[in-house]
Amino acid sequence: MEHFDLSLVNWSRAQFALTAMYHWVFVPLTLGLAFIIAFMETLYYKTGDEEWKRITKFWMTLFGINFAIGVATGIILEFEFGTNWSNYSWFVGDIFGAPLAIEGIMAFFMESTFIAVMFFGWNKVSKKFHLISTWLVAIGANLSALWILVANAWMQYPAGMFFNPDTARNEMHNFWEVLFSPIAINKFLHTVSSGYVLAALFVVGISAWYLLKGRNVLLAKRSIIIASVFGLITSVFLALTGDGSAYQVAQKQPMKLAAMEGLYEGKEGAPLIVVGALTPGKEYNDGKDPYLFRIQIPKLLSFLGYRSGDAFVPGVKDIIEGGYNYTDKDGNQKVALSAEQKIERGRIAIQALADYKNAKEKGDTIGMAYNRKLLDENFEYFGYGYLNDPKSIIPNVPLTFYSFHIMVGLGFLFIAFFILMLYLIYLRGFLINKWLLRLSILMIPLAYIASQAGWIVAEVGRQPWVIQDVLPTVAAVSRIDSSAVQVTFFLFFIIFTTLLIAELRIMFTQIKKGPKEGGN
Amino acid sequence: MVDTTYVFLQHYWWFIISLLGALLVFLLFVQGGQTLIYTIGKTEMERTMIVNALGRKWEFTFTTLVTFGGAFFASFPLFYSTSFGGAYWVWMAILFCFVIQAVSYEYRSKPNNFLGHKTYEIFLFINGLLGTVLLGTAVATFFTGSQFSMAKINLTNINNPVISSWETPWHGLEAALNLHNISLGLAVFFLARVLALLYFMNHINHPDILARSRKQLLYNAIPFLVFFLTFVIWLFVREGFAVNPTTGDVFMQKHKYLLNLIQMPIVLVLFLGGVVLVLWGILKSLLQPYTKGIWFTGIGTVLAVLSLFLIAGYNNTAYYPSTFNLQHSLTIFNSSSSKFTLTVMSIVSLLIPFVVAYIWYAWKSINIKKIDEEEMKNETHVY
Ligand code: HEM
Repeated sequence: MEHFDLSLVNWSRAQFALTAMYHWVFVPLTLGLAFIIAFMETLYYKTGDEEWKRITKFWMTLFGINFAIGVATGIILEFEFGTNWSNYSWFVGDIFGAPLAIEGIMAFFMESTFIAVMFFGWNKVSKKFHLISTWLVAIGANLSALWILVANAWMQYPAGMFFNPDTARNEMHNFWEVLFSPIAINKFLHTVSSGYVLAALFVVGISAWYLLKGRNVLLAKRSIIIASVFGLITSVFLALTGDGSAYQVAQKQPMKLAAMEGLYEGKEGAPLIVVGALTPGKEYNDGKDPYLFRIQIPKLLSFLGYRSGDAFVPGVKDIIEGGYNYTDKDGNQKVALSAEQKIERGRIAIQALADYKNAKEKGDTIGMAYNRKLLDENFEYFGYGYLNDPKSIIPNVPLTFYSFHIMVGLGFLFIAFFILMLYLIYLRGFLINKWLLRLSILMIPLAYIASQAGWIVAEVGRQPWVIQDVLPTVAAVSRIDSSAVQVTFFLFFIIFTTLLIAELRIMFTQIKKGPKEGGN
Repeated sequence: MVDTTYVFLQHYWWFIISLLGALLVFLLFVQGGQTLIYTIGKTEMERTMIVNALGRKWEFTFTTLVTFGGAFFASFPLFYSTSFGGAYWVWMAILFCFVIQAVSYEYRSKPNNFLGHKTYEIFLFINGLLGTVLLGTAVATFFTGSQFSMAKINLTNINNPVISSWETPWHGLEAALNLHNISLGLAVFFLARVLALLYFMNHINHPDILARSRKQLLYNAIPFLVFFLTFVIWLFVREGFAVNPTTGDVFMQKHKYLLNLIQMPIVLVLFLGGVVLVLWGILKSLLQPYTKGIWFTGIGTVLAVLSLFLIAGYNNTAYYPSTFNLQHSLTIFNSSSSKFTLTVMSIVSLLIPFVVAYIWYAWKSINIKKIDEEEMKNETHVY
């Protein structure tokens, strides 16, 4: 791939990853805490108990601190599609832009309008209107997440579109297919529920700290109960939707699945690795054992991926070399092409587009029809045409593998934790159980780690694709100097890190201060 | 054959973009106000009132900017890819200005805020100054053009598939060297300050703030008028980027933008009405003890800016011209999304009146009275 400025591609990816990861530090808490606050305020509304109001307002203060910085990092992401991925923006803007616009119209205004009522309306609007506003903030925040996740899901599985050679881009022909693609639904549910779990752990952890200090006991007790119930329900749901996502990945992005499991050579009745370590420096075709050690459950990967314990799961090597049988998205039995063949077909598609355009300019309708047919037949592999090396379709296996296992492992740990917490609440022992309280604090960073790991799986695991099979990163990037991107990368890095430190300090100070009499 | 529905949709979306742009310029009063905190607020309490008056609106401006970006992306993706990817530095600078704004209100008065209260005020100032000047400068390039090339066929060059490229190494900074662009940037900056002053007069119940705002109004209205007239007169005498409706060829036409106004009388009325309202709001507030000027000047701003956007894109005009190669210029026809997508989004856009209605209702219910010292002492969420 000498002809591409790889350093430009890599820095552009790094910048996007940096912004996305910082953004994702703040968003999950917003998604979940908004609902927890809404539950609390509902209790205030129902009981009229002033303590519930104090509790609501305390968590609302933390919500506000976190929300501001989420907004700051979010705007960059939206514009980075244009600034750093300009070719992408044209190639799929027809489909990708719509959810972003709808998000702005439907969700952002709802969120920002009612946030103002939520913060400034306590003494100005009726209790009921205030409560409704708080709920609308929660709904608005989650609706925003819906649209951007629909957009992300579409990149993983481009549904509801066709390629228009006249405009040289992909165009939408079925909005519902984009919105309700199974990937989009799973992704939305899994992602928002990860936010709910994270927020539940956040509330439990901070409340536990109060209990350890013997402060704000009533607030802490009530908060823990609400958050633990919410946390248990949502963490079970999280595991279920995670399973749904894994099933979708198996169908639509087999290379990602292989990377998640470190599976190099496919097999029937493939096991699921529970814990394992990968052999460093492994090449896809060197025949070495990919694992230094592993604990596995037989047949489970086949079962989870294809809902049959004996199904064949292709590994990295199979996907590069092709030749195995699979069922395509229309349910047809097919023999997989090798990566090399796909590259060839991609080149044919790209050339057919060029010839089509040429023929069109000359008014040669026969040439147009011929090339259009050729393009349509090969479009499935269009993006491969920009690649030179079959190996470039392999993502970073260790990063994907470890991230996946950390996420899943923590997911089960969280379920166990919430069960234990609720059990001790039931036994009324949780207030004094020091180790449990300390463990609760530890859960907060673990929640953040799981959540970041999730995105690493989803995004690193699909490399090199910006849009699965249709557009690789090398063909999506803007033409700017890689040094320019380096400069902005470091500027963002400095700004975001500074703001993160500021937010953490403010947050810790507010937590130490605790709720004020009569409010925040 | 011309598909009239498609043409209608392209016009409809250019109108929505123009309207969002116009609302954004009006809402930049928040930015303008951020550059006046120390000019108008002489005591800590006065500054607190000013910051809170602005702080309750900042998100609104921000959301409008984000929606403007999203809507532009969805309806005219080729603009998004050409301008953002090309004029990299200008857009990045604008983004930086807005990132530092977003946290400043919330963090400014919180204890232990790491950078100190002054730094957040400096952030607000930078956002107010650079944010407005750069946005104005960037919008001016709709009339003055930029040096880029755009060829969709590049996609078939597997070694270099990039469709739009900037043809100067300055990547957008060159726009800030063009005096005509700068005149709009500065006009927007002073307009934002004028609007902010009118907003303070309307929204804060404090005699000193009122008196100082009135005095400052004069000092800001004069440079605003000078820069605005410079921009507009220059615009009307310069050549514009016209499109031949049958061939699609772009060519230079004398007085194109003035002709656009004359050939679209409704837009002319919008423009003149807007300018009159802007001036009326300012004059009335200067000459009388009057505090409702923001409504006139605000609505006038929306109308005037809307009409400027409309003459950039309607009536066979290239709204994002390329001075590198005229034929690469963007028009609302060659840069828009497909008919299907525009239709889907148009259906969604029917929600806009509903959105406007709830915003109106929510704001009305929390703005029942002006900000005063009493409220600042008792309110639990103060910036
Ligand atoms: C309990 C078992 C879990 C399973 C089986 C699971 C499964 C998955 C899978 C397969 C993906 C990739 C989806 C894709 O690439 O399209 C994913 C992504 C993700 N996961 Fe998990 N996950 C689990 C737990 C968690 C936990 C505990 C968190 C965080 C608290 C989390 C947060 C995420 C996030 C943020 C993403 C990226 C968004 C997405 O693609 O949905 N997951 N998960």
